[in-house]
Amino acid sequence: MQRALTLHQTTIGKKLVMALSGLVIVGFVIGHFLGNLNLYRGQEALDAYAHFLQGLTPVLWGTRLLLLLAFGVHITAAFSLWSRNNKARGSRYKKHQDMATDYAARTMYWSGPILLLFVVYHLLHFTILPAHPGEVYRNVVEGFQNPWIAGVYIVGNIALGFHLFHGIFSATQTLGANHPRFNSYRRDAAVAISAAITLGNLSFPISVLAGFVTV
Amino acid sequence: MSEELLNLTLHVWRQDGPSQPGRFETHPATGISTHMSFLEMLDVVNEDLIEKGKSPIAFDYDCREGICGSCGMVVNGVAHGPQRLTTICQLHMRQFNDGDELWLEPWRASGFPVVKDLVVDRSAFDRIVQAGGYISIRTGSATEANEMPVAKAMADQAMDAAECIGCGACVAACPNASASLFTAAKISHLSLLPQGQAERLDRARNMVAQMDAEGFGGCTNHGECEAACPKGVSLRWIARMNREVVRSAVKSDSGVKTARR
Ligand code: HEM
Ligand code: SF4
Ligand code: FES
Repeated sequence: MQRALTLHQTTIGKKLVMALSGLVIVGFVIGHFLGNLNLYRGQEALDAYAHFLQGLTPVLWGTRLLLLLAFGVHITAAFSLWSRNNKARGSRYKKHQDMATDYAARTMYWSGPILLLFVVYHLLHFTILPAHPGEVYRNVVEGFQNPWIAGVYIVGNIALGFHLFHGIFSATQTLGANHPRFNSYRRDAAVAISAAITLGNLSFPISVLAGFVTV
Repeated sequence: MSEELLNLTLHVWRQDGPSQPGRFETHPATGISTHMSFLEMLDVVNEDLIEKGKSPIAFDYDCREGICGSCGMVVNGVAHGPQRLTTICQLHMRQFNDGDELWLEPWRASGFPVVKDLVVDRSAFDRIVQAGGYISIRTGSATEANEMPVAKAMADQAMDAAECIGCGACVAACPNASASLFTAAKISHLSLLPQGQAERLDRARNMVAQMDAEGFGGCTNHGECEAACPKGVSLRWIARMNREVVRSAVKSDSGVKTARR
């Protein structure tokens, strides 16, 4: 037991923490996206869905606490590994050529902090300081009619897409799920999940900007 | 393949000792046969340097057959040079073109301090192996060969992991200078075999602790190590190492168990 609790002090333990907390957030992001599809069912459906969630007080606060914890440990582990990994190189190479990595993997320390800023903005925008408290549909549509606000959501979700792609692929490896027989599915699943969520989330501000969804 | 002669320009990292500052020095390599190996090309350059009374470029090697793991340097940003699955001693000059400019750098990692020029101190790998990369055996007369049956599939996997020659290219290529691929290969190869079961949990725990203590970075699943590895050691062993570490954290017994695939 004591060993399990000191695991997080090792580099591998920290990665396990990042993978598990990341997957908790991925689970939330999927649920959040599916719920938001109510936007397309109209004002009444989305507002009713929002009130339904507000009514589930213990579940709502349980989820919020879990997510706060997941974000906290994810970011703490990310920065502690980051400072360690920076020191591990010592002197820099004059020449460097990448052989295997990809854009999403190389930019995790950009997409992650962009996501964090986006999440803070998003919470302030809709949850903490909404323009019209209780009128979720109106807040969303009127918000996205402003191209600057829509732009923030578009940038935030593109960052999400890249972070999710490498995150899901990487987390399965970190958690030990690498087998030659399944590896191509692992990659396909990471592409499919991150593409579905990103394109779906992007469709909300774009539909409003294009005038498909109106107040 | 017909022989050609190449004229190259080398920019070589020169460093007098671990705490000395390093610098690049430019040397021509003229009349190099395409049949030479990369290290033979450096031998030619060194003969020239010695004749001119300059100090030769220090680089590591032993077998020059791609099996011992002694050689290694970064050529134009790629560990062991441009040919995949090939140690620098087995790399031939026909991989290069006349007029090429080559930048030669040592493995750069805090865990691998430079000894001189392109030679680095890889004793960190020895200490990782000492921490658990061994099995306890009865001494005395050799045991009967078939006393401990090993399934073919397990033997094959153990062999794949055991291909690691400890060259350190994985550390050199990793953006985090992580020693995960090396450590994972060593942990996996023994944990797959019946002889490796007795120390299985302690091995994973202790080797990973030593890997961290040596100042290597953590894995971020970029796959650069696998691409640089001259022996094609697979990332799947890192996934396996992580499973072994979880196992060692939740189980406390060191009893003999059969390896699972
Ligand atoms: C909020 C700020 C965030 C930061 C600074 C951050 C940073 C990072 C970093 C640096 C990694 C490691 C990448 C690697 O090792 O190659 C990572 C992995 C991951 N992130 Fe995030 N992230 C953040 C938010 C998120 C969010 C919002 C999600 C989910 C939607 C998420 C999901 C994941 C997953 C699943 C992993 C994989 C863990 C692994 O490599 O095993 N992260 N994150
Ligand atoms: S895993 Fe490959 S690159 Fe790393 S030390 Fe072993 S043989 Fe060299
Ligand atoms: S000198 Fe032995 S592997 Fe290159």
